[in-house]
Amino acid sequence: MRMMSGAAMVVEALKEVGVSHVFGYPGGAVLDIYDALFAQDDVKHILVRHEQGAAHMADGYARATGRTGTVLVTSGPGATNTLTGIATAYMDSVPMVVLSGQVPSMHIGEDAFQETDMVGCSRPIVKHSFLVKKTTDIPMAIAKAYYIANTGRPGPVVVDLPKDLVNVQDKHPYVFPDDVTMRSYNPTVKGHSKQITKAVACMLSAKRPVIYVGGGAIIAEADGLVTQLAEKLNAPVTCTLMGLGAFSGVHEQFVGMLGMHGLLEANKSMHNADCIVALGARFDDRVTNNVDKFCPHADIIHVDIDPASISKILKAHIPVVGSVDVVCKQFLDRMEDVDTEAQKEKLKDWWAQINEWRARKCLDYKQGAEVIKPQRVIEAVYKHTKGDAYISSDVGQHQMFAALYYPFAKPRRWINSGGLGTMGFGLPAAMGVQFAFPDACSVVITGDGSIQMNIQELSTCLQYNLPIKVISLNNRALGMVRQWQDMNYKGRHSCSYMDSMPDFVKLAEAYGHIGIQVDKLDQLDEAMERCFAEKNRLVFMDILVDQNEHVYPMQIKYGAMDDIRLSKTERT
Amino acid sequence: MRRIISVLMENAPGSLSRIAGVFSQRGYNVDSLCVAPTSDDSLSRLTIITQADDKVTEQITKQVNKLIDVLRVAELSEAPHVERELMLIKVATRTEIARAEVNRNVDIFRARILDVTAQHYTIEITGTSDKLSAFAHVMGHCADITESARTGVCSLSRGDRALRP
Repeated sequence: MRMMSGAAMVVEALKEVGVSHVFGYPGGAVLDIYDALFAQDDVKHILVRHEQGAAHMADGYARATGRTGTVLVTSGPGATNTLTGIATAYMDSVPMVVLSGQVPSMHIGEDAFQETDMVGCSRPIVKHSFLVKKTTDIPMAIAKAYYIANTGRPGPVVVDLPKDLVNVQDKHPYVFPDDVTMRSYNPTVKGHSKQITKAVACMLSAKRPVIYVGGGAIIAEADGLVTQLAEKLNAPVTCTLMGLGAFSGVHEQFVGMLGMHGLLEANKSMHNADCIVALGARFDDRVTNNVDKFCPHADIIHVDIDPASISKILKAHIPVVGSVDVVCKQFLDRMEDVDTEAQKEKLKDWWAQINEWRARKCLDYKQGAEVIKPQRVIEAVYKHTKGDAYISSDVGQHQMFAALYYPFAKPRRWINSGGLGTMGFGLPAAMGVQFAFPDACSVVITGDGSIQMNIQELSTCLQYNLPIKVISLNNRALGMVRQWQDMNYKGRHSCSYMDSMPDFVKLAEAYGHIGIQVDKLDQLDEAMERCFAEKNRLVFMDILVDQNEHVYPMQIKYGAMDDIRLSKTERT
Repeated sequence: MRRIISVLMENAPGSLSRIAGVFSQRGYNVDSLCVAPTSDDSLSRLTIITQADDKVTEQITKQVNKLIDVLRVAELSEAPHVERELMLIKVATRTEIARAEVNRNVDIFRARILDVTAQHYTIEITGTSDKLSAFAHVMGHCADITESARTGVCSLSRGDRALRP
């Protein structure tokens, strides 16, 4: 039996569960753990500039790889600074473990220096949490934390470590558990066979089916099986904001993203469907619009690994609890006899109708001669990355433009804060992606508002030589807020403008990077070329875009799925 | 509609706050909550009384079940069950008449006097919540209620149905 300090146990257990990177920031309560990190090379520590950045980096790393992201922070402010990052991960079911320092056990509850009840603070936004009480419990707590974070419906787990338990002097026996199964935690991955039978019958009898794919399909690595199912049935496929890439954005059966800013053909298909196959999607309010008017003709098959997601918003006619990959396989096993040609024949009218909606070309926009339209920038990024980049996004208009104008052919390429909508997520998330895949093209699509929420991480980018490409759609305003003010508040732009914008080019240069400003359409292509040719440097593209552009299509509040504004003047 | 939700969970620190958290963060109401270790002291059993329609009850059950420490959740009120609550009530009995009246009602309700001082009777009563409320109401008429404490409802299914680990 090996004897070691609590701090060494933390590091040893991290190695044991296969952690490659820890994103963190030192402080009083975790100095011992940092000392143990110093003594080894297996686990690489990334020193961030703000703990929120650490959490988003771990999040980006996890979304791009499927592996659990790890955060290490000190007690008090270090811990509370991660809360937005934890909530972001929680809303989007991202596996993450946050190791937070805590004041020594004997001082807990005394309002000690840098004390905060981290387990209490984070309780509503974690999948689970541990307050470690004994040094010898450390390996088990860490093993369980990683097991819980990345099984079932993934999510963040907090492990709170009092300073006295991790001191480097006291040595205790280290035993890493062989088995972490818990009697109280046993996620169902396989669909109930009766439900599978019912669901298959429903899909095969449908005349107007739609497959509605959410982030759960990406988490379950089910993209291949989803594609097989869709091709077998010849059904149209729509993806949620979180599901983009689970089904190829360039596949002919793809009808686009659905929901608030979804495509006309996607939302029309949903509204007119007679059978909706929801795969790892949760009928979010940004998808359904008014639930009372939601898809009035459809039988809903809802596949989700989290039973609590099923029938939370809308009653599922055929609920199937299970992992999307396993359940899709079960569906396909029952469909061996299905003749895809016959399916094509059966759905001929349905596709004719869908193609009519597609012909409306709802993503068309008018690019003038000089002022750059934001949509045009995304198209340029697509062109210059050959559609093969990791795109991390912040939150706002640019996020929707990216989701709509950059088709994702592969899963885990679209990294965005869908559920919580966290501005400031993009840059650190793209950094997490770059740490996971040093040779990949990691791009941030951001705006002048969002980028300033975690801009300090540009400094971290220099320290670790991250050649990220920051594409900032600068409209000198909080675009999405402004759009809503235009639509719902008679154009009263209350606090949605920025009057003292920094010089982003100088700012990028001050951080040691390359800054490029573009304000005319005819410069855009050349600047993009320069940007993506810089393989080893971070380039910050400050692109001045049309301030008055709105994101369309957009569902009309309180309406049905297919009540949509198509431009400032047109609606369905 | 009144529901009885019964939960079997790990008897671990923080478990109760997680359950309470689910109710507060999701806007479910709690009329009463009764919790203690079971005969197997590694487990706790909670009984929660709430007011909810079918949809909300389904969500409560699922959201509570989703907690890592929770082994089983059941809605007991949907099937035959027994339920009991215990109340301790202290009344001031300053006159002979009041003492006699309190005594008489203690017999009628099959309650029990636990403690007597010069001025006070402390009474234990077990039964359904309605019975406890009725008793408290009657006590209020024949004496001054000094204080009272109720445990909240505790309940089990009838027959074979059981929450087992």
